[in-house]
Amino acid sequence: MPTATASADRRPEAPRDPALLRRLLRAKDRMDAASHEDWPVHRLAQVSAVSDAHFARSFKDAFGVPPHRYLLTRRIERASALLRDTDLSITEIAFQTGWKSLGTFGRTFRDVTGQSPGMVRAHMRAEANGLDRVPGCYLSAAQRPDLTIAVLEKQRREGTRINPLHQQEVQ
Amino acid sequence: MNQGVQTAGLYVRDQDEALAFYVEKLGFRVHTDVRNGDYRWLTVQHPEQPSFQLGLFRPGPPMLDAATAQTLQAVVAKGAMPPLVLSVRDCRAAFEQMRARGVEFIQEPVERHGAVDASFRDPSGNGWKMIGPA
Repeated sequence: MPTATASADRRPEAPRDPALLRRLLRAKDRMDAASHEDWPVHRLAQVSAVSDAHFARSFKDAFGVPPHRYLLTRRIERASALLRDTDLSITEIAFQTGWKSLGTFGRTFRDVTGQSPGMVRAHMRAEANGLDRVPGCYLSAAQRPDLTIAVLEKQRREGTRINPLHQQEVQ
Repeated sequence: MNQGVQTAGLYVRDQDEALAFYVEKLGFRVHTDVRNGDYRWLTVQHPEQPSFQLGLFRPGPPMLDAATAQTLQAVVAKGAMPPLVLSVRDCRAAFEQMRARGVEFIQEPVERHGAVDASFRDPSGNGWKMIGPA
């Protein structure tokens, strides 16, 4: 039952149709599998077999974050794994994880994690310990940023600079 | 006798669909399939693991009320159930074989940390990691 507070926030009821949720999960899986690719709403909506107009809202209701913010967390997660596990340069990592420019990558990474890619690489290597017993994908997921607010909002609260590229984020 | 875990179960949205998936696409065998009214106790077994049964259970009455059952169905469909790991001798070969049978892979085989792993989902949304030696 939606509470009075929930209605006041205009938070819609989460979708409950398992068939729809299963299709939305497919869009999430596809982003997981290829987070470096471009995922415009139309492409995601097609994967889920829902209309473009309903996709972003349905996805957010199902998974708690807008689709493109979810994609951002996966890219940061993957970049973090590459920083930890490979000797690829930060530029190579930026392009491999789907960013169009090194500057955007560095800024976004810092905005989300609070640290520069170089600092994260140094810290992760210093802390490596016994994680080789956890299957790789779960290990990687443990380092996914928990981005419960928009990057813009995070920047606003922390008083950091606004990155205009994020204004395209789908709500 | 050996002591240990004998049965662990998954929630599925449709037991016939799940049975077809685990038997025809993954090569499991039916261990027990017993009905009592609407209730159906259904377990399958990996052919090389006779001491363990994987239950394919549909959440619902008489164990659960309709609202709880619906919540569980939604959780499964969102892929939020705990991870499952299938151990295989050759991950790449198993991947090719299973994909040809129509298994929905969400990650192709990748070699890392001295092993090869791939991921797939069952029709309900339960996620499996499949791991084999490099």
